[in-house]
Amino acid sequence: MVPLSYYMILSAIVFVTGVVGVLIRRNIIMLLLSIELMLNATNINFVAFSYYLDNIAGQVFVFFALTVAAAEVAVGLAIIIALYRVKATMNVEELNLMKW
Amino acid sequence: MATLSFFYFGSVIVLTAILVVALRNPVHSVIALLVMFFHIAGLFVTLHAEFLAAVQLIVYAGAILVLYLFVVMILNLQQDDSYQRQVKWGLGLGLIALAEVIAIISKVALPEEPASGKTAAGEAAETIAGNTETVGKALYTTYLFPFEVASLILLVAMIGAIIMAKKGIMGPEEK
Amino acid sequence: MKYALIPLLPFAAFLIIGLFGHWIRERAHWIAVPAVAGSFLLSLSTFNDIANGEPIRVTLYSWITSGAFDVNIGFYIDRLTVTMLLLVTIVSGLVHVYTIGYMHGEPGYARFFAYIALFTFSMLMLVMADNFLQLYVFWEAVGLCSYLLIGHWYDRKSACDAATKAFVVNRVGDFGFGLGIMLIFVTFGSLQYDQVFGHAALAEGLTINVLKPLGGEWLVGTLTVICLLLFTGAVGKSAQVPLHVWLPDAMEGPTPISALIHAATMVTAGVFMVARLSPLYNLAPAALDVVAVTGGATAVFAATIALTQNDIKRVVAYSTVSQLGYMMMACGLGAYTAGMYHLLTHGAFKALLFLGCGSVIIALHHEQDMRRMGGLKNKLPVTYWTMVIGSLALAGIPGFSGFFSKEEILAGAWAAGPLGKTLTVVGLVTAFMTAFYSFRLVFVAFWGESRVDPHHADHIHEPSWTMTMPLIILAILSIFAGYFGIPHFIEPVLQGPAGHDGTTAHDGPLLLKLVAIAMGIGGIVAAWVVYVKSPGLPDRLAEKWRQAYDYSFHKWYVDELYDRTIVKPTVDLANGLWRKVDVAVIDAMVNGVAAATVRWGRAMRLVQSGQVQHYALAMALGAVVILGMYLLFIP
Repeated sequence: MVPLSYYMILSAIVFVTGVVGVLIRRNIIMLLLSIELMLNATNINFVAFSYYLDNIAGQVFVFFALTVAAAEVAVGLAIIIALYRVKATMNVEELNLMKW
Repeated sequence: MATLSFFYFGSVIVLTAILVVALRNPVHSVIALLVMFFHIAGLFVTLHAEFLAAVQLIVYAGAILVLYLFVVMILNLQQDDSYQRQVKWGLGLGLIALAEVIAIISKVALPEEPASGKTAAGEAAETIAGNTETVGKALYTTYLFPFEVASLILLVAMIGAIIMAKKGIMGPEEK
Repeated sequence: MKYALIPLLPFAAFLIIGLFGHWIRERAHWIAVPAVAGSFLLSLSTFNDIANGEPIRVTLYSWITSGAFDVNIGFYIDRLTVTMLLLVTIVSGLVHVYTIGYMHGEPGYARFFAYIALFTFSMLMLVMADNFLQLYVFWEAVGLCSYLLIGHWYDRKSACDAATKAFVVNRVGDFGFGLGIMLIFVTFGSLQYDQVFGHAALAEGLTINVLKPLGGEWLVGTLTVICLLLFTGAVGKSAQVPLHVWLPDAMEGPTPISALIHAATMVTAGVFMVARLSPLYNLAPAALDVVAVTGGATAVFAATIALTQNDIKRVVAYSTVSQLGYMMMACGLGAYTAGMYHLLTHGAFKALLFLGCGSVIIALHHEQDMRRMGGLKNKLPVTYWTMVIGSLALAGIPGFSGFFSKEEILAGAWAAGPLGKTLTVVGLVTAFMTAFYSFRLVFVAFWGESRVDPHHADHIHEPSWTMTMPLIILAILSIFAGYFGIPHFIEPVLQGPAGHDGTTAHDGPLLLKLVAIAMGIGGIVAAWVVYVKSPGLPDRLAEKWRQAYDYSFHKWYVDELYDRTIVKPTVDLANGLWRKVDVAVIDAMVNGVAAATVRWGRAMRLVQSGQVQHYALAMALGAVVILGMYLLFIP
């Protein structure tokens, strides 16, 4: 087996990729997709720890994280649809009503 | 064998993750994400978390991704023109963060091998109990309250999504 | 208790008129005049007490008790004090009555009465003080009243400037005065007269190193330094050279106060102080010499200026300065009694002269230039004759009070050693000039053809009885004050310095007396020749001695000198400080802070772009920084 740190590094790479994706994509949906990436990275981390430390709590937590991710996606996409109806744009840059 | 499977799954995961972020067409990104989910499920199997692998496939790949595809196609999204203006900033920060995290990880003393209990008695226990049963037992005893709360969350999300997506909520009826 | 009423009655008048003047208005004199009259009657009663008995000491109130520093408000009334009390209350009372007519119908009527009541109070407290701090406080208070009264017509810029000038010049002198008082406290440990005078002899040997701050060594007697410092206050208050410049400009104020303050009372406070502090001055002969020389110089200096002035009040003002010099000179030569005697007689006839001028000015509708007067002899008879009496007294003609007091001074000066003899000659020259210019005034203003503006020429008439009665009373005093035997009354209190044999006029050389009389008569004759007999002579003389005339007419350019050397640099410094420090540094700092805040705000505002990804970037940046810090500082 590989050392645990390898799984952590893998998770870190995926997580950072997700962060970068949040920062550089223009499309709102791609933003949410990148958030999914981040969530999955944490799932990998949890499961790896659960295996290496012989504690089932890690997997239980993944279960809940999964649940929350699903809920968040549902609501987020609903908001996006509602937003699209009003602004007719998917460009994050144009959603700047909170500008000074 | 174990290392080989880890490296295979790991590299494909990284590759598809980068593809998700880098591809212009949203549908392409979603497909790449799908591939990533499959390989994550495979990774879970190598980590003896079969139940979670199955749940991952059912929920993420089966439900969430499909939802994304639905929305992308309903809204008929155009192709992305270019990245955001802060591409350089984002990439730079990402690389620095990665380097920092790896530095931190290398400092911590982490177990090299999975817990010894696993290999001998743990494996034996597992063949008796199986991953699904173990997870189920933990969920319904120690973590019962969070389990119920999670179901509430799902309920709230469902209601919220329905209301948000209903026509006439935001502004006047169809323009 | 009744002694406290003497100053308190005018003070009460001040309070009442000051607070309720708006409703009292033209009736203000009903409050002020009885108050001063009451003070006068109480002063008479006090005179009675003193004449038959011992000096009176009263402590009214323990003002400051701070460690070793004890100061009371109290009275020390002896013969000297009581004569001053009578002078102040009489002249003040007469001026109060005169004001009823002079300021009739003016909008500031009540205010004027309030201020002269305040002045009377301050002057009385000054004269009755029993310690140096009270003296100083009321010294300043009379200066304040002078400021308020000179600037009575405050919408006139020249009046406001004159008032400020008077106060500032006084302050210059008072600075030295304050230092003197501090030195007294350091040396004697107390500010009470009796304590200081009692221990004065013990301090005779003390010295001060005057050059200590500069690292040098020049030991001067402590008492000399004290007396000189106190004298600077007198120089300012009594308009001696070089601080005389404020008094002629003070003529901007209404004539009643010129009579009260700048002839009879406030300016005499300096002379009074030197006389009151004679125990100290007697032990500091160097200081006395300075006083005498200053007095003599002032006397002759001011007389030369008075010869050519055209403004009727200026002539009398410079005359006052000159006579104050006489008094100082007398005190400086040890003849304190003579100086005080002259102070009292001068108070009478100078006030008379000023009030007479006021009468002329009112009759001619506020005309003050003598060149536009003339021929008033028959139209203003009472004024004319009283002014003649006053001028005769001023010129020292035998029979009038001024003659007696001037004789005392000259006799006392002649007996005071070589310096005294020199100053006696100065005094005689000044006497000639004094007679000359006082009768120049009389001849130019009252004799000859009328040069009055024809517009007013028809309604020239004698003013009301409120103005002429004080003139008559003062004229009577100018004649008879010499017969009251004042010197004998005061003399026991004012001992001269050791070695002074207390010469009075009776003992002086006869030749001196005759020369003095000749000077006086000669001055009058000369004035008659120049201004009556030969018209056109004044102008020819002025042309012939053009330079001397210019110096005299332009007051020896002292004001211009001060302006260039003191005033202008100060104003420039103030302007420079204002521009370079106040505006450029302090205001710039304050404004700069505000401007920086605005700039910073403008910059910070741009952070709120409204775009989520910018905020996410900021968060990511923060996380990276924290991780970095953890890496760097924790392991």
